[in-house]
Amino acid sequence: MNYVVIGSGAAGIAAVEGIRRIDPSGKIHLISDEPEGYYSRPGLAYFLTGELVERQLYPFTEADFQRLDVERVGERVLRLHPESHKIELQNGEAIPYNRLLVATGARAATLNLPGSDALGVVKLDNILDARIIIKIARKARRAIVVGGGITALEIVEGLVARKVKVHYFLRGDRYWSNVLDETESRVVENRLQEEGVKIHYHTELAEILTKRGRVAAVRTRDGHEIKSDMVAVAVGIRPHKELAADCGIQTDRGIIVNERLQTSEPDIYAAGDVAQVYDPVSGSYVLDSLWGLARNQGTVAGLNMAGENHTYRKPVPFNVTRLANLTTTIIGTVGKGVDKDLVGIARGDSETWRQLPEAIAAQSDFDVNRLRVLVGQHTLVGAVVMGDQTLSRPLQHLVARKVDITAYREGLLQPGAPIGDLVADMWTSCQKS
Amino acid sequence: MDFRGLFKEEATKRQALTAGHVVPDSSRCVECGICSYNCPINIDVRRHAWRGESINDSHCLTCGECVARCPRGVLQFERTELFPLNE
Repeated sequence: MNYVVIGSGAAGIAAVEGIRRIDPSGKIHLISDEPEGYYSRPGLAYFLTGELVERQLYPFTEADFQRLDVERVGERVLRLHPESHKIELQNGEAIPYNRLLVATGARAATLNLPGSDALGVVKLDNILDARIIIKIARKARRAIVVGGGITALEIVEGLVARKVKVHYFLRGDRYWSNVLDETESRVVENRLQEEGVKIHYHTELAEILTKRGRVAAVRTRDGHEIKSDMVAVAVGIRPHKELAADCGIQTDRGIIVNERLQTSEPDIYAAGDVAQVYDPVSGSYVLDSLWGLARNQGTVAGLNMAGENHTYRKPVPFNVTRLANLTTTIIGTVGKGVDKDLVGIARGDSETWRQLPEAIAAQSDFDVNRLRVLVGQHTLVGAVVMGDQTLSRPLQHLVARKVDITAYREGLLQPGAPIGDLVADMWTSCQKS
Repeated sequence: MDFRGLFKEEATKRQALTAGHVVPDSSRCVECGICSYNCPINIDVRRHAWRGESINDSHCLTCGECVARCPRGVLQFERTELFPLNE
């Protein structure tokens, strides 16, 4: 059996491991045009802040690749030929396959503005981008960062750590307003401001002004000019679906796959950021761009490529990130678009929920701790845990398993209710039953 | 100030250090490697975390560096079953 995996991120590597669990002897080609191969893309944020060094970003040693008996090919794939079961590389070589996985990930969306091709305009897609940001930051005094999500904030924090004065442009009136509530946004913004970041609300870029091909300043839509040595853009990502789209495989925003992660060509699979996966709960095809889910999808695709029959089920939404140095877990349904019948309640740090019987010591040394839960009729449907993470695993469990909380609902909705204690109680009683 | 509370917290920390071991939640892990980077005795904590295995290396000092530094709260101390505390 010949397997070809295009892309060496979390999904591609997990697929190789999945294939090897079933098929110890089939030939596997792992193709990537990134010479660095497999590294932690989310870890780039901490490479930028200087919390770790580049060599630390590589989870695999040579021995790991040898153990998996995989042939790595450092080439760009030009075309897929589903009818002849071959892929064509840029160097002219063709590689045959019986099963193929497209795990090409996503790329940062770009702004199409005057000056956006100048030196000093950066994004954070891959390790090369991180190196470029670090190099420019050595000499830069001022930077503009544009974008309202996690990646933009990662760049802001990286630049702050490197002593660059950051002007942070937000399109709306607060940070990440479609996920965080107003207090959570303000917590993040205040912490950034304390670190010297200048936040510009309701501000969008109109033009990047250059001098001898380099960024010199920016002009905003309302006509202000701000001097700057670099402009970092993180306004979302686009699945890198072209290989599939060009050969007639069904695509939408990403590559459409069924629950087995097969594309419209049965011998071609897709997984990770590029895959738009059928979600039976919502009845629609959805994109996810999370490292952990990419691994889960890669594993399922790999097992199926090797002849197993597994289905991928999209789990309850769950993400952990660090916002202005606060570990933050986002579980289930939160933010805008939430059903109006849900009641959202939140509490700060005045409670006694630090100790749970089963969790002796989760992260807890934060100066700000906040807990928000979204209470449905019979279940908790979402939660945001900022700072102290003691309750985040219990909440993840309570939301994902749809644990019946009817007995606690009234207590939760009392003004000034000790939410943390109640969540701890729910968790304890749920563990016992 | 309630000193009993203070002592309780101290006791909890000591309990964690003496009777706890580090347990990951692999669904939170992004393989960044900060844990391994900060381990004073070079245990490959990341590999354990990614595979969802507790840090069962007998050299682990339970110093807590990996637990504290992980940016995504992957790691926490849990009680080992070797020496039950409440019996």
